[in-house]
Amino acid sequence: MLAAKNLIIDIPERSSGTPLSFAIKPGETWGVLGPNGAGKTTLLHTLAGLRKPRSGTVELAGKNIQQLRRKQVAQQLAVVFQNNGEGFPATVLETAMIGRHPFISPWDIESAEDLAVARAALQKLELADLEHRLISTLSGGERQRLAIATALSQTPKLWLADEPSNHLDLKHQVQIMELLAEQATANCGIVLCLHDLNLAAQWCDKILLLYPNGDACWGDADTMLATPALEKLYNQPLRSIVSDGQRYFIPLSSRNSGL
Amino acid sequence: MAVVKSSRGALPRFLLPLGILALLTLATLALAITTGSVSISNAELWQVLSGGGEPLHRTLVFELRLPRALSAFGAGGLLAVAGALMQVLLRNPLADPYILGLSGGAAVGALTSMLLGLSAAAVSGSAFIGAMVSAVTVFGLAHGTGSWTPTRLLLTGVVIASGWGAAITFMLAVSPSDQLPGMLYWLMGDLAYARSPWPALIVLGLISIIMLPLGRSLNVLARGQMQAAALGVSVRALEWTIYIAASLLTAFAVVTAGSIGFVGLIVPHMLRLVLGNDQRLILPAAALAGGALLTLADTLARTLIAPEQLPAGVITALIGVPTFLYLLHRSR
Repeated sequence: MLAAKNLIIDIPERSSGTPLSFAIKPGETWGVLGPNGAGKTTLLHTLAGLRKPRSGTVELAGKNIQQLRRKQVAQQLAVVFQNNGEGFPATVLETAMIGRHPFISPWDIESAEDLAVARAALQKLELADLEHRLISTLSGGERQRLAIATALSQTPKLWLADEPSNHLDLKHQVQIMELLAEQATANCGIVLCLHDLNLAAQWCDKILLLYPNGDACWGDADTMLATPALEKLYNQPLRSIVSDGQRYFIPLSSRNSGL
Repeated sequence: MAVVKSSRGALPRFLLPLGILALLTLATLALAITTGSVSISNAELWQVLSGGGEPLHRTLVFELRLPRALSAFGAGGLLAVAGALMQVLLRNPLADPYILGLSGGAAVGALTSMLLGLSAAAVSGSAFIGAMVSAVTVFGLAHGTGSWTPTRLLLTGVVIASGWGAAITFMLAVSPSDQLPGMLYWLMGDLAYARSPWPALIVLGLISIIMLPLGRSLNVLARGQMQAAALGVSVRALEWTIYIAASLLTAFAVVTAGSIGFVGLIVPHMLRLVLGNDQRLILPAAALAGGALLTLADTLARTLIAPEQLPAGVITALIGVPTFLYLLHRSR
């Protein structure tokens, strides 16, 4: 579906890095983990074709994404960005509607069907009642849900989401992760940049660890989420506990480590 | 079923406001044609328009008032559409067509020809050249080596504009006093020297048609460059198109009527408050409303203290400043 081939992302003042070669298959959920500034967002944007790689290629359905028309890419791949609500005034419904943009020809206007798709997406993210509100009046969490609703109305086969749980309360975090899992079950490929190791452990099949110096490793979640590797990744001592067969990671500090 | 695309609901939503604005436009044009030193009643206007009427009235209507009213309409429409485009380009609802220094470049061009005592046609021509020099300079500098962010574009434009401002002040300071009133009128924006309305009207029509299929892409671009790219918009091509279109619109407006202020700022802004943010509606609505506003302002300008005439820019500023401050206050 989406594949990286000997990909090195372009981060200023980073001399090199591990060339990334992996393929995201339908139904897989990938988690990208790494400390601040490791290049998670840059990687996500490069995978979306929004940034040129320093070397190597990203292939969407076998074709170099840099050579595809943006519209073709947008018909298959949605990006959820980290910062939303910038830009011009617009209502919630108008914003969800722009997810339909790649599917409407320039001389056409949105059909009733497009409207129905956008409304269903808002409904799914519990934003239907806010339809006519301006984005500027929304809370951070509501904006985040709107960004996901916009991606949902894009009906993508691939989701690239930059910290989709940002700003969300616990209930909505679970709701969003369930929605993404549902999309994966419907054979979408999902890539998530995450800070929350526990969300990664619970929801991701594959994990990619990105180190600040450009090193990277990837594989099945079970093998990648090992405490020593994660401690090295974040340069932070961790404790791992298991409850009901599910692993959890807790960062240690002088307060809870008994030091 | 998927093939059937129902457009019901969307079209009437666009047609009603545009219809109302079109009527308003006709009303302001009629007012502009009938008011003045010799007033013409509606019945007399009808006679003139249907091919009869008194010769004096015919001359007044066809040679003086109609061309001037159409020039005002054209210039106002150009400015309002240019403003609407600039606001989307810079993702800033308070941007106006002059923010990138276009009017300054045009003014330096126009004032130079006036200083040299050239003809009215040369004044228009050099204003156009000045505007284009400014547009290309800002474009080149803002583009530079790095990316073309709205902030960078805005800062470059503002700095270039203040440079032109200094040049204008210098030229006014060294100009012979008998030329100053003409120069000041030009700087305020004045339709007394408007020549043929057709260039303005043709450019307005052409660019409106070119922008029509881009309307939805503009809506997407309004959400930011990255988001637009992720939704399939070729952002750079679209931004260049907007920039070039807005520059041409502004240049033709300035050439027609001097640097009339505020039309390009408040018309799109007010329309958005009333009609929402869909650029497919805002752009044609701005063409009509901007045209109507400047036609009205020019009619007021030549009748308020008749037989003396005010520059139309004074009227738009008198309307614009309080309206703008009110809108700014409202927008928190």
